[in-house]
Amino acid sequence: MQIKKQDPIKSSEITCKTDYLSRRDFLARTAGVGMVGTLAGTTLLPGSNLAYGAALSNISKSPLSTTDETLTDLESISTYNNFLEFGNDKKDASTKSGGFTTRPWTITFEGECNKPGVFNLEDFIKPHQLEERIYRLRCIEAWSMVIPWVGIPLADVLKRFEPNSNAKFVTFTTVYRPEQMPGQKKNTKLNWPYKEALRIDEAMHPLSLLAVGMYGEDLMNQNGAPIRLVVPWKYGIKGPKSIVKISFVSAQPDTIWTLFDPKEFGFYSNVNPEVDHPRWSQRKERRIGNLIKQDTLMFNGYADQVASLYTGMDLKKYF
Amino acid sequence: MKVIIKPAVFILSLLPFFALIYYGFTSQLTANPIEFITHYTGDWALYFLLITLAISPLRVITGSNAYTRFRRMLGLFAFFYAYLHFTTYFVLDQFFDFQAIIEDIVKRPYITVGFTAFVLLLPLAVTSTQKMIMRLGSRWRQLHSMIYPLTGLAILHYYWLVKADTRTPIMLGIIFTSLMILRHPWAKQIRNRVLPVRKKA
Repeated sequence: MQIKKQDPIKSSEITCKTDYLSRRDFLARTAGVGMVGTLAGTTLLPGSNLAYGAALSNISKSPLSTTDETLTDLESISTYNNFLEFGNDKKDASTKSGGFTTRPWTITFEGECNKPGVFNLEDFIKPHQLEERIYRLRCIEAWSMVIPWVGIPLADVLKRFEPNSNAKFVTFTTVYRPEQMPGQKKNTKLNWPYKEALRIDEAMHPLSLLAVGMYGEDLMNQNGAPIRLVVPWKYGIKGPKSIVKISFVSAQPDTIWTLFDPKEFGFYSNVNPEVDHPRWSQRKERRIGNLIKQDTLMFNGYADQVASLYTGMDLKKYF
Repeated sequence: MKVIIKPAVFILSLLPFFALIYYGFTSQLTANPIEFITHYTGDWALYFLLITLAISPLRVITGSNAYTRFRRMLGLFAFFYAYLHFTTYFVLDQFFDFQAIIEDIVKRPYITVGFTAFVLLLPLAVTSTQKMIMRLGSRWRQLHSMIYPLTGLAILHYYWLVKADTRTPIMLGIIFTSLMILRHPWAKQIRNRVLPVRKKA
């Protein structure tokens, strides 16, 4: 496996710091506008996402970050979300997640491992070095973003629990809280809670990340607070949010999307321009902020690093 | 009074379009404006198809012909929004990528039915003039009864697109079915039994 050494990110490519730092003022202002009832404020965010915006400290830059692409602006990343627990509309995650509580948070590790356990999230994160990882995110709906995640390598986490030789897959389960997550009540066609899984070697791959932050701060509710999975060479559906349970299992588990429609969603869901989804061509994607679509790259541009995981597999069959 | 009603309905029907332009100037088209415009114009095309189909049932229920004179205009607004919807897809979304468009129409059932609905709507818009009504005679009625299947296809287009959250297209389907039932001759018979027939003055 080849891990590319990449240049550190150029400061010119990062969102201007003053813009970034003043965004809360912007949100506060627009929330105020909304309250006096003008139209302009109504489609913007309420103040709800300000709850856990504490800046994260001691973040190291990762050589695994992509360096040659413009970051998607925070406004887009925080208002255009597929977080179906809050609703099917893209804006539901930012407008309906205000009452979602993420502290205290416990996360359970169980299954085929020697050291299962239940942790308070802060205690669980503490021994790890936080890294900034700038990744492309490709949604199966043919749009994409570039996001500066902050997180910890999934492999480092999983090794702590000493998975045994029966641990062939790892499943990730999202919290089930229909009273705080209206989409879990309304969208009855999905088999809640959201459950996704990786093969153990995919989970152990250095690119797989458990994200706890974005743009140097704690994750916002709409982005999967307090902890979510990021697997940059797979479609976004393979990144469950607000995770409460990680299990080591011996057989390939059903996932929320393969249960929903196995013809539309495969277990692997690797980004692959050659395998069309019945509803979306995967050949191209619209980078949020751009007018013209761009070509989608095999494994979302991470082929050098991950193609070896799938040597000898028919990716049209195992899509 | 009667003179201003028709222009008023015209302006009212344009409001969603003006609202869209307003959203554009005030940056309210979301992070993915092309998707937003596509969905918005598609929604309004469907609403206007259903509003147009509501005219006949309205006549049955009220026993008054007063609404029929808006029908052509409302139908043309359905075409207007469907045209914006299609053009947004063709120009902004696909940017004249004919290969991708043909692939979409052939391979993706929701686009197949949506495109079919739009193609069926075209001749109805073209033959909406008084002249064409005269020229086509009884065939005009036949041709324009195409609005029923094409509205069904348009709702199916929506249903197959969303897949997971089908509540809105199902609701539209229920409205469509109700309008189809209400225009049936026996709906008129029932109405005449329940309510006294209005006598012409």
